[in-house]
Amino acid sequence: MSHDWPLWEVFVRTKGGLSHRHFGSVHAPDAELALRHARDTYTRRMEGVSIWVVPSAKITASDPEQAGELFEPAADKIYRHPTFYDIPDEVKHI
Amino acid sequence: MASLPPIDLPTGATGKGSFDAPSAGAPDPVRFDYLLRLGDDSLILGQRLSEWCGHAPVLEVDLSLANLSLDLVGQATHLLEEAGDGDKLAFHRDVLDFRNCLLVEQPNGDFARTIARHLLFSTWQHMLFERLTRSSDRFLVEFASKAVKEVAYHRELSAEWTIRLGDGTEDSARRMAEGIDWNWRFVPELFEVDETLQALIDRGIAPAPHEFEGEYRSAIAAVLADARLEIPADQRAILGGRRGHHSEHLGHLLAVMQFLPRTYPDATW
Repeated sequence: MSHDWPLWEVFVRTKGGLSHRHFGSVHAPDAELALRHARDTYTRRMEGVSIWVVPSAKITASDPEQAGELFEPAADKIYRHPTFYDIPDEVKHI
Repeated sequence: MASLPPIDLPTGATGKGSFDAPSAGAPDPVRFDYLLRLGDDSLILGQRLSEWCGHAPVLEVDLSLANLSLDLVGQATHLLEEAGDGDKLAFHRDVLDFRNCLLVEQPNGDFARTIARHLLFSTWQHMLFERLTRSSDRFLVEFASKAVKEVAYHRELSAEWTIRLGDGTEDSARRMAEGIDWNWRFVPELFEVDETLQALIDRGIAPAPHEFEGEYRSAIAAVLADARLEIPADQRAILGGRRGHHSEHLGHLLAVMQFLPRTYPDATW
């Protein structure tokens, strides 16, 4: 049964003001049931206030083989990192 | 309607084993009986659904069904605690003292039959709880205001599945039709008004079921139409659950559910 069902990526907003975050994936025959499966799988302990589901097949991913050229050049540029000022403890989620 | 009179299961011996929770002597026996009816509906259906745990067709559905089950057990906890000692009422009461409707104690069958039972029950329960939010009983108002949201989800989920199975493959459509047909004879009991319920209606505690029977029939008909399924012909109704006259299935369910606390009465959890 699930072999015929497409995979959906699940994004959950855990509370108002925060972004949706990737939580995992579910199988479902269509978008409506994917939302319900996502609700029952990932938010049954009050983890969420909003859910997005996206067909996994619609996601374009970067190629792991290109990781070097894509990401390494950022690693040695200290001036790109705002490490020279303190973030107050009260500011979360930055 | 079928021409035959409804089957009313005969009065058996009253179950009064030494282990039975005291049911006599409640300060308001009619209200007590209503709390049992509502609480036992949720408890028994919750227990039935839990039988799917680890056996559902796919993991996501396994979680969905367990989720519905936990909602129902939570409702039963509130209702039976309001009636008395919830644990005693759930685990130390004999089958003839249970007041649930016959629909919820029916075996799961296949997934389609489980969904059919849940559609027929939760559509009724949702309409009932919507009206219980306007009850004259303060506890029931508070209870129903919370539980109605859970049950709205149950109703929608079972309608979605009914439509997908009914309007699915040849095999799923046949199973869904059989599931609806199998459970259909237990629907009239949901709208039965006996002396106890009439007393509760007169006091404004319980809504009168005939007020939403038409709405119920149209709602079910609409889901079945979307699912491209026929509305089954009315069958000979089976009544009696509200008076403790149950099908053989309930005893087996209770044997599983009550085994541990009855065998180890001192166990705590």
